[in-house]
Amino acid sequence: MKILAIDTSNFTLGIALVDDDKIIGEYITNIKKNHSVRVMPAIEMLLKDCDTLPQDIEKIVVAEGPGSYTGVRIGVTIAKTLAWTLNIPLSGVSSLAVLAASAGSYFNGVISPLFDARRGQIYTGLYQFQESRLLDLASDHLTLTVNWTQRLLNKEEPVLFVGNDLSIHKEQIKADLGDRAYFARVTEQNPRPSELAILGRDKEAVDIHNFVPNYIRLAEAEAKWIEATKGSKLQ
Amino acid sequence: MKKDQYILGIETSCDETAVAIIKNGREIIANVVASQIESHKRFGGVVPEIASRHHVEQMTIVLEEALNKASMTMNDIDAVAVTEGPGLVGALLVGVNAAKAIAFAHQKPLIGVHHIAGHIYANRLIKEMTFPSLALVVSGGHTELVYMKAHGDFEVIGETRDDAAGEAYDKVARVLNMPYPGGPHIDRLAHEGEATIKLPRAWLEEGSFDFSFSGLKSAVINTVHNAEQRGETILPEDLAASFQESVIEVLVTKTLKAVEAYDVKQLLLAGGVAANKGLRKALTETFKNKEEIDLVIPPLHLCTDNAAMIAAVGAIMFEKGMFSDMSMNANPGLDIQFQQ
Ligand SMILES: [Zn+2]
Repeated sequence: MKILAIDTSNFTLGIALVDDDKIIGEYITNIKKNHSVRVMPAIEMLLKDCDTLPQDIEKIVVAEGPGSYTGVRIGVTIAKTLAWTLNIPLSGVSSLAVLAASAGSYFNGVISPLFDARRGQIYTGLYQFQESRLLDLASDHLTLTVNWTQRLLNKEEPVLFVGNDLSIHKEQIKADLGDRAYFARVTEQNPRPSELAILGRDKEAVDIHNFVPNYIRLAEAEAKWIEATKGSKLQ
Repeated sequence: MKKDQYILGIETSCDETAVAIIKNGREIIANVVASQIESHKRFGGVVPEIASRHHVEQMTIVLEEALNKASMTMNDIDAVAVTEGPGLVGALLVGVNAAKAIAFAHQKPLIGVHHIAGHIYANRLIKEMTFPSLALVVSGGHTELVYMKAHGDFEVIGETRDDAAGEAYDKVARVLNMPYPGGPHIDRLAHEGEATIKLPRAWLEEGSFDFSFSGLKSAVINTVHNAEQRGETILPEDLAASFQESVIEVLVTKTLKAVEAYDVKQLLLAGGVAANKGLRKALTETFKNKEEIDLVIPPLHLCTDNAAMIAAVGAIMFEKGMFSDMSMNANPGLDIQFQQ
């Protein structure tokens, strides 16, 4: 089955074309440039280089967040539209799971992939490889780095941290967790779109029309509105 | 015999997710609009992040509904036209990326359309355009007089120097404690009152076709404020009528002068405020005895944001071969002039 995987949820732009167990092509950049301008040309180029027509694709897999609201929306919009119009299945995969899978498959412990969320906060989750399957031990969430390391202190296991934003939080993590903290190698910090494709390959297909990004957070105006109306039901 | 041309249009510049299919530039085959207005009402205005989220929820649903209504597949479509700008950037991005994806999947030409050009071309769905032509564009974000010598040839001869007319309506509605969106409420209220309150008209310098509505808006706020201080009551109906009279008098007078100065054959009304009953009536009366001027006023559902108008511009650009590639971006500050 030919799978096109799309990840625009964070700075890393990743596209992969995978055929069952074979990674046919992969495109990754890690630069602060406009995803909206670059994703479709990247898909166009990768498919062309791999002599693949849009009609040859049999499944779309997209990184569903967390990440930049705009970034996630661009990827999800393209993925939904392609899957719907080509009439093929779509699966969404956590952007953090992709990051965990990109580094931790041989690590003996738990994996904490992270994206910076400003003001001392991170998007993170807890993953572990068991019998070469990636398990999700704690749901993706937004937390203060200091709160997260306190939570991890209660676990006995070593923790592998992964992500391009590590540099922002590394000192804090080292200070709190000492030698139980491990950091992925520089070549493993980009979320790999081929890992995204493989993670999504066996996942159940979503209902395309109702599929939305996992923003983790409500829009600010909505959060304030709920606060003001004391938790009345969302329309 | 020439083959029929079908353009699929997509519009997501503000708070409507819209998809339409039109035939030969003028005939609406499907025109689907999913409005988010109910969701934004609680915030008293459009919240950009929430608008963008709703567009992602609606996009493929609206696309499917349009194709179903037309009983067509993408094989029947000649090109995909999408609003490139201006508008809310996050909202535009959803439409632009959906358009790119669907055009790529079926290897169809992609066309980027200016939103205001779309509003002007809503008129072509009603009546064929004749040139030279003048369009009065009034909406929440725009107040412009656009002169056209030919299809796709836009020259802005006058524009607002501060608030758009629709913006002034919404702000005055807020002063009168009316729910968002305020324009229709003011329009309704204005018909129940009398224009008894003296409010300014901004004519600007002699010969200028530009507009200014911020002074009028301030005058309304001051009037309410002063009355409160003196313990007097002002009838909201009368204030609405006085405000509307000022806006319409300036719009219609400047439009009439521009029609004469540019010697146009056709006058087109465009934009969301074109739904205003007072404005429609004043224009109709002003041009009633001018048979040399063909006044076109689109029906209400084509005045507010829709994708049929975007496809209508797309049809002209398709003929001219004005296509974009996959690197097209949302452009909130897009210029109306065709890049020829
Ligand atoms: Zn509009």
